[in-house]
Amino acid sequence: MSGAEPGPASDGRGRRGGPPVVDARGSRCPVPVIRLAGAARGLSPGTTVVLLADDVAAWSDVPAWARMKGHTVTLHEDDGWTEYRVLLGEPRTDRGQADSST
Amino acid sequence: MARPPIDPPAPGLLDAARGPLHPVAAETFRAAVATAWADPTRLHPAGRQARALLDTAREVLADALGVRPAELSVHPSPEAALEVGLTGLRHARRRSGRRVVAGATERSVLLLQPGVEQPVPVDTLGRVDTAAYAVALAGGDAAAAVLQTANAEVGTRQPVPEVDERCREHGIPLLLDATASLGRDPGGIPPGAGSVVVADAAAFGGPPLGLLAVRTGTRWGLPGPRREAEHGREPAPPWVPVVLAAAEAWRQTAAVAAAEERSARELVDRVRRSAAAVRDVEVVGDPDDRLPHVVTFSVLYTDGEVLLEELARRGLGVASGSACTSSVLRPSHVLAAMGVLTHGNVRVTLPLEAVSPGRAEDVDRLCRELPDAVATVRRRLGTDDL
Repeated sequence: MSGAEPGPASDGRGRRGGPPVVDARGSRCPVPVIRLAGAARGLSPGTTVVLLADDVAAWSDVPAWARMKGHTVTLHEDDGWTEYRVLLGEPRTDRGQADSST
Repeated sequence: MARPPIDPPAPGLLDAARGPLHPVAAETFRAAVATAWADPTRLHPAGRQARALLDTAREVLADALGVRPAELSVHPSPEAALEVGLTGLRHARRRSGRRVVAGATERSVLLLQPGVEQPVPVDTLGRVDTAAYAVALAGGDAAAAVLQTANAEVGTRQPVPEVDERCREHGIPLLLDATASLGRDPGGIPPGAGSVVVADAAAFGGPPLGLLAVRTGTRWGLPGPRREAEHGREPAPPWVPVVLAAAEAWRQTAAVAAAEERSARELVDRVRRSAAAVRDVEVVGDPDDRLPHVVTFSVLYTDGEVLLEELARRGLGVASGSACTSSVLRPSHVLAAMGVLTHGNVRVTLPLEAVSPGRAEDVDRLCRELPDAVATVRRRLGTDDL
């Protein structure tokens, strides 16, 4: 499937000068989020990471992961898959958010 | 530990969306198989006896819903009752409109009905947006509206009084889905709310049985050939032993409702605290304004199926809304509508204490085992250092 795409290389490495691109098309939950988190690990706040995924669960899970981790995500629908562009935020605590008051 | 008289469930059962029968209801059922097996519409003595017992059970179950026996019918499943209840509302108002207003976290059987096109969104806690619901009601061509009293997957209670009032203002009949609340959440069903109310006997220790109340004065009618049984709502009369068991389960559960609710609420609080203390675990649903006995959390970087198997290996039976655990490979529409994590999802639906006297120990064991179970799964998936 990567033949149709000009750019995306393997996890963590993008085209020259571009953001790292994770191509998780064909993988099912929870793999896309796991690979995305792996690519984001160690990168500084303000960096952008891109995920390509066609799993329906990613459509809920990537924004949920970004909210839990303080990242910002924008979605672009493409032909049969979705591009998730994640702007990494400051590291934050990771306790259950719905109960953060307790 | 006190044991129930009959058939104790396996220890570790923390998934009672459909739980074991209440032990007294199970006894009633066994006796009724011998005495109330007949078709209640027959005029011979066995038929008359079944009819008399059915009438008594209907009175008990109608009282449970706060309606009159003439308003209450029983159906083979809660799903059937929901479908029939909504179909009757829609058909009776087909000249007023075709649209059905429904929240995004309603049960799938309702969201798949004709007329439900754009479900009303919910917030991150799973509570329907009352303002958006009111806008949808005002659209002009709504035949009926649907709202759950509380969500069975995440426990969040819905704003029933507000939505009920908006529906009355617009003259749109409301189907209230109380299948998760009746028998578990004594304060969860405002008296008199809704034109149609549906409940499930399995929620309070009975067999799965749909209870459908259509309030007097509601415009309601089914399309197609006339049905004879259950006030014209079913093609055939029920098997009476099932209805008797449901009525007995209600009697038993209602008698201890306050203590049961207090205890369940406290146990769920324990699960919420323990789960939230594990790294990268999100406990979802309203922490306070919720069903007493339901809790859901999602474990980041894990697979729901693997996590369920790991907990099962430790003797704990839970459920999940993750896509990986469902045959359709779609995550729970409830979690997706809330915008919360759908993978690594664990759902606990506490059985009644009367059904599972060891449930407090089971909950404590879950709280103890959870951190290590999560760590084990993450190690296996190679995600423990993320």
